[in-house]
Amino acid sequence: MTDTLTPVLSDDWDTDRAWTLRAYERAGGYQALKKALTAQPDELIELVKDSGLRGRGGAGFPTGMKWGFIPQGDDKPHYLVVNADESEPGTCKDIPLMLATPHTLVEGVIISSYAIRATHAFIYVRGEVLHVIRRLQRAVQEAYHAGHLGTNIHDSGYDLELVVHAGAGAYICGEETAMLDSLEGRRGQPRLRPPFPAVAGLYACPTVINNVESIASVPCIVANGAEWFASMGTEKSKGMTLYSLSGHVNGPGQYEAPLGITLRELLELSGGVRDGHELKFWTPGGSSTPILTAEHLDVPLDYEAVGEAGSMLGTKALQIFDDTTCVVRAVLRWTEFYKHESCGKCTPCREGTWWLVQTLARLERGDGTEADLDQLVDLCDNILGRSFCALGDGATSPITSSIQYFRDEYLAHLTHGGCPFDAEAATLFAAERVPA
Amino acid sequence: MSAQITEGTLAEMRELIARYPEPQSALLPMLHLLQSVEGYVTAEGIETCAAVLGLTAAEVSAVATFYTMYKRRPVGTYYVGVCTNTLCAVMGGDVIFDRLKDHLGVGNDETTDDGVITLEHVECNAACDYAPVVMVNWEFFDNQTPESAVQLVDDLRAGQTVQATRGARVCTWREAERVLAGFPDDRADEGPAAGPATLAGLKLARERGWKAPAPDAGRATGDGGAATKVGAAEQADTTRAESESKLDESPADVVGGKTDEPIDVDKHSGEGSS
Repeated sequence: MTDTLTPVLSDDWDTDRAWTLRAYERAGGYQALKKALTAQPDELIELVKDSGLRGRGGAGFPTGMKWGFIPQGDDKPHYLVVNADESEPGTCKDIPLMLATPHTLVEGVIISSYAIRATHAFIYVRGEVLHVIRRLQRAVQEAYHAGHLGTNIHDSGYDLELVVHAGAGAYICGEETAMLDSLEGRRGQPRLRPPFPAVAGLYACPTVINNVESIASVPCIVANGAEWFASMGTEKSKGMTLYSLSGHVNGPGQYEAPLGITLRELLELSGGVRDGHELKFWTPGGSSTPILTAEHLDVPLDYEAVGEAGSMLGTKALQIFDDTTCVVRAVLRWTEFYKHESCGKCTPCREGTWWLVQTLARLERGDGTEADLDQLVDLCDNILGRSFCALGDGATSPITSSIQYFRDEYLAHLTHGGCPFDAEAATLFAAERVPA
Repeated sequence: MSAQITEGTLAEMRELIARYPEPQSALLPMLHLLQSVEGYVTAEGIETCAAVLGLTAAEVSAVATFYTMYKRRPVGTYYVGVCTNTLCAVMGGDVIFDRLKDHLGVGNDETTDDGVITLEHVECNAACDYAPVVMVNWEFFDNQTPESAVQLVDDLRAGQTVQATRGARVCTWREAERVLAGFPDDRADEGPAAGPATLAGLKLARERGWKAPAPDAGRATGDGGAATKVGAAEQADTTRAESESKLDESPADVVGGKTDEPIDVDKHSGEGSS
């Protein structure tokens, strides 16, 4: 029986000066790299396939399979791009990982690049996290100095250059093909697929794009084996992962557990929902995943079960909202975000998100009619599946799911002539002012 | 050429270009660099990027206007961003933003008359477990209240040294932009590895004795020969002496000692091209 929490990626976060090469190597860091360099690249791809590791950036695509799509024996350069553009509302796992132990990611980058036969890798990190970028830059410098990067790494004959590349503020660049355009120095707009990045990615060459947590999970798989990794988790969702708890809870933070833990278990561990209040709604994996309610507390948080419950595991960003929160206000704010971040390339998303905001704002002010709810559902129907990329789809998730579970609350805005909630009561500082 | 874009700036632009397989990949870093030099993206800056990269000004302009971090008007010494995406907004970000607007007498995306603070509401900054969050020059200020945020901007305006919650002493916005461009300062060792929320699960696991399975839990089949059953911990023991001897020349020692001696960036640059 596996323990309830299984710190692997987070296991060194509490060590002194955890971000340094010295601390990382003392904890066994870069031993997996040395081991990997004695294996054939294809063996590493098989290893990661066998481990069952699935992409931790939201989609859950099997990482080893993604690597396997890279053509071998071609004469084009291959590239690895790490998606460190963590921007999905609610998602806050990669940033603390890179701040605390950036070498875990760097070691993962080197092993993964070796496996896909890339000689140039990039960490595309969002620009709005200055200190994380400092720590990444320093870790890469240290890795070069120690011979983990550069030419003929540890006399293996393998060469790798690694660039830390800061973005400039655009949520859409977390979409993998938009990220490639951005990394090529263009507006970050998604590309038509096919061709897929594995065939024609960065500079039209074979490219793998993986999330930070996915790549950071590679060294422990190499060190401990595929079966060790697969001994954690559920049948189709293997391994441990970072669950991020935020919002109206007594113990917000990062909880590393085998895939399949439930929100009820996580809340029991962390001290529950804010005292004196009840869970109202939550996101399992960021704002682009349909909201769930208290009836879903026992859904195993793995890719399959959350899907069956009508949502998506996404980034495992568990945003918890209690009974003081107006769902209409919450959804309007997320919708304003999608409107702001729509790249403008395709009409359903560009125009659709604009109209969603207009309609929702009217409802929130109490100026709307019940027909506006039908209009919202109709708009969502015309955006979902008709947009160029997943941003448009994601924009519809909070709206359709909130209407499904909280239709009465939308209507209450109409009868009340505005929002019936006291926004102050939902704040953190309001809670502190409530007498115990 | 302006007084600010110098030959040195152009040389640094070329240095950025050399880090990438294709020159245009350096455009985003170049625009960050320009902001560190000029305080925002100027028309002249756009022309300069275009000339250096062999693009048209329209092509560069199209990129510069796409990304919210590139500013088209001068930014104050400190850029204060209040997260008002849903979770932070509900937890108090909206109240904080309103209080700061009142206190500073500015609206969204405006700068105080003394040129010290530019205030803007920002989208989710990946610190939701520390909500409500305020960013100063893209450093984290966690678990803010209206009062703490007012104190923060007052301290900044008074010229006091301000320490981020999970980060370094706050530098100027222009200095921050230079780091984002890919020219590290020497502040990576400042601040903690993690805040309390980051460590919440780990602390609990330590208290209860919970761990990941032992490395030998996996049986060695289907590992493709790449993995042995030897655990990382065991390996770490046998190779520790080797690691320690290597660390003697690690730059971590130099910086770890908090000396003022900067890392030889040219030599160890993670962004160096082959």
